[in-house]
Amino acid sequence: MAALLADRGDDLLVVPGLGSTTWDAAAAGPNDRDFYLWGAMGGAAMIGLGLALAQPNKRVAVITGDGEMLMGMGSLATIGIQRPANLAVIVFDNGVYGETGMQPSHTQSGVDLLNVAGACGIGTCLDVRDEAALADLAARLKGLRETLFARVLIEASDPPRVLPERDGAALKQRFRAAIGINP
Amino acid sequence: MSAVDWPDRLFETLKRADIRQVGYVPDAGHSRLIDRCRADPNIRDVVLTTEEEGVALAAGAWLGGERAALLMQSSGLGNCINMLSLARSCRFPLLMVITMRGEWEEFNPWQVPMGAIVDPVLKLCEAQVYRAQAPDEVAGAAERAVQHVFGDERIAAVILSQQLIGKKVWTK
Repeated sequence: MAALLADRGDDLLVVPGLGSTTWDAAAAGPNDRDFYLWGAMGGAAMIGLGLALAQPNKRVAVITGDGEMLMGMGSLATIGIQRPANLAVIVFDNGVYGETGMQPSHTQSGVDLLNVAGACGIGTCLDVRDEAALADLAARLKGLRETLFARVLIEASDPPRVLPERDGAALKQRFRAAIGINP
Repeated sequence: MSAVDWPDRLFETLKRADIRQVGYVPDAGHSRLIDRCRADPNIRDVVLTTEEEGVALAAGAWLGGERAALLMQSSGLGNCINMLSLARSCRFPLLMVITMRGEWEEFNPWQVPMGAIVDPVLKLCEAQVYRAQAPDEVAGAAERAVQHVFGDERIAAVILSQQLIGKKVWTK
């Protein structure tokens, strides 16, 4: 997360998914241009789509986990039709549900989100398995020009959590203010 | 107003409200409205795989400064319940336009269980309800819903009764 968000620029808007990716984004930030999710499981990618369509001159990165993405897998089909050039969906895949006690997710048993995204019509799908591929993803995110999906394979671990602001209305107002939208 | 042009009045209301994104799961009752939205270059029509995606889409649109609307039939409301927590927790404006099934001349009994609990579900989810039973009630209901939703960042549903949509639509 820190590697992806380093020197991010004011034009990068981030929607981290419920769970570890929200804690990780908070640890790398906090940033008013992140919309941290404490709920809405399965909704991160669609929030990113609505935001990307509304802000075509900014880059939008949805950064979520495998469990959260599995719950909203249909949204990959929806995004595959819309394909906004400024949207990246990045899944940190550790094969477990970290928030609930490390139970195995479907991806551990062979469900391949990278192939799902490709089959849904997302043209650029990156399989990120090492530091070089991560650096490539970070560079592509900086110069985002087409809808991008990336699966980043990570190790299952349970580090101490960094918790962001929890008031949803405050997060929303803060985000809108940060990108210059009047209340 | 003739019986058949209420979808056009509804579309005009959405345009006056500056709705820029319309999420929908295809629905016979909404077919004309969907066609109008698809034909409008200033509206992004987003076909969804399930209605809850539209709740999240509308939240993202508002984060980015645009207004969205979500079209569905009554069965779709059940698919939205948990995702409505997003709108409730964050005070996202959410405009839903819902065509009713299972309440009048319904040929499919499987539509009845969800149709029968639309009103209590909306109440429990803190959504204001604006119901239109007759064609000349549609535009007014939609105007009031728009005002409630975007005037104060709230949730509202325009309910289009099955009587309004008519039986023959379902027998084509």
